[in-house]
Amino acid sequence: MPQRLTKTANEVFAEAMRQINPDVVAAYPITPATEVVQIFSQFVADGKVKTEFVAVESEHSAMSACIGASACGVRTLTGTSSQGLAYMWEMLYIASGLRLPIVMAVVNRALSSPINIHCDHSDTMGARDCGWIQIFSENVQESYDNFLQAVRIAEHQDVRLPVMVTTDGFILSHCLEVVEVLEDETVRKFIGENPERKSILDVENPFTLGALDLQDYYFEHKRQQAEGMKNSLNLIPLIGKEFGDKFGRYYDFAESYKLDDAEIAIVIMGSTAGTAKDVVDQLRDEGKKVGLLKLRVFRPFPANVIQKALENIKVVGIMDRADSVNAISGPLYPEICTSLYDSDKKPLLVDYIYGLGGREVREEDIQLVFSELFNILKTGKTYNLKYIGVRE
Amino acid sequence: MKERYEIRWHGRGGQGAKTAALLFGDAACSTGKYLQAFPEYGPERMGAPVVSFNRISSQPIRTHIPVTNPDVVVVLDVSLVEQVDVVSGLNPTDGILLVNTFQGSQEIKKKLNFTGRAYTVDASKISLDTIGRNIPNTPMIGALIKVTQLLNIDEVLSDIRKKLEVKFRNRPEVIEGNIKAIEKAYNEVK
Repeated sequence: MPQRLTKTANEVFAEAMRQINPDVVAAYPITPATEVVQIFSQFVADGKVKTEFVAVESEHSAMSACIGASACGVRTLTGTSSQGLAYMWEMLYIASGLRLPIVMAVVNRALSSPINIHCDHSDTMGARDCGWIQIFSENVQESYDNFLQAVRIAEHQDVRLPVMVTTDGFILSHCLEVVEVLEDETVRKFIGENPERKSILDVENPFTLGALDLQDYYFEHKRQQAEGMKNSLNLIPLIGKEFGDKFGRYYDFAESYKLDDAEIAIVIMGSTAGTAKDVVDQLRDEGKKVGLLKLRVFRPFPANVIQKALENIKVVGIMDRADSVNAISGPLYPEICTSLYDSDKKPLLVDYIYGLGGREVREEDIQLVFSELFNILKTGKTYNLKYIGVRE
Repeated sequence: MKERYEIRWHGRGGQGAKTAALLFGDAACSTGKYLQAFPEYGPERMGAPVVSFNRISSQPIRTHIPVTNPDVVVVLDVSLVEQVDVVSGLNPTDGILLVNTFQGSQEIKKKLNFTGRAYTVDASKISLDTIGRNIPNTPMIGALIKVTQLLNIDEVLSDIRKKLEVKFRNRPEVIEGNIKAIEKAYNEVK
């Protein structure tokens, strides 16, 4: 029987890591993700896992140690946030380029400068092209469920790519919620044995990993990596369905909420999706045809799913919790545009940048976005980008 | 009880406002309800005003915003009423204000110009008598349960006892002290 418990997102990440019982965890603490590895290192100290815990001196070394471990074919996990993720930068590309199925909990936090410890998505958005799969979580339960599914996705032989599972800093990482935690044995059965991979320590069958790869083969290897990401498009919904069939909570690339007959809608990621669903319900009670698309998987980008979900909506507001500082938009907006470019019915798209550095997102802010969208629907007069909840 | 109940805790850094919200949330879960418990993370220091929140509901909770219109406000340190607008957003008729003080509820109401329901209990004295230290957060849970009738006191006591037994297995006096503090505040709040 699953247990009904109260836990924060940091606690469920640590709990999931304990249940996965990986061979290696290498990590360096950083607010607000510190508890993930702090709690897990206690499990190690208490002998509750067989894991080799490598306490490194920086995030760059944490990811380097994870790469070394995973290259030996063993199951490897870690966790970080913000500047820590930024400090891993060059190693992130190496993990994905070497096709190492490392799974990492990332607690989303703003990047400096100015220094800030609170939530926005600029850290993982900055890492969007580094070849890692990215899965976002709306609440504590999803953080747990996503982390377990990530192991299956990363290790599948058609994919073999690292996965980061994110949760919103403080808003979820430090929020106690009711969560259903599976039994250890159930988790072990679901994730299965670590699939056999080539190991650089297998001296009987030596091979080279991470060698110089110039004009002759670099391109082929990158092409294969791209294929792995493409294959994950098939795998992710299958794993989400299997998880649902077994445990009752179904997952897909995105969740459509009251979109069927909606005239206007927003696209949103992370914890604010929950707040926004409440606002959608309030507006529906007033007879307004509004809906919401919660994007769960940002990498791979599920363009077809998004096209299908949005092409019949008249005006769509895209909620970006990061700014690309490119004089056009946040990072989510152009990808949604791309998804809809081939569609005959193109909704009007507007970008809204919100919640940077943990700026509180109130229901009124989301109501304001919907009223802006209704105004665009009525007048046809639109614009590209607006900042929500900022003094300017 | 209405479907969703929201509580705001006011304390000073180190008084256990966050722990109180977490313990109360845990207790609510043990009775089958849904909950959230979270602090407001500012530049908190020992003694500085801090805030934490609870949402308790019979339905799953989706929102992820701070509580701005609480049904109940709990004040762990009476000196805060001079410093912080503790009744902000509290309904002036149905809202419940619960303060840790030796003063009577009428005095507090007058001081704050608050017209809703007010209750007081001397949780600092209770914690000194039962636990031996001024940690008013656990007794205030007892008082909160009494004035809101949100949870069953016996269920909460047995849940908190279980949790304390794990944390303080070598210090049974801490467990008994806390249980007594909660019971005493439950009985003495008015």
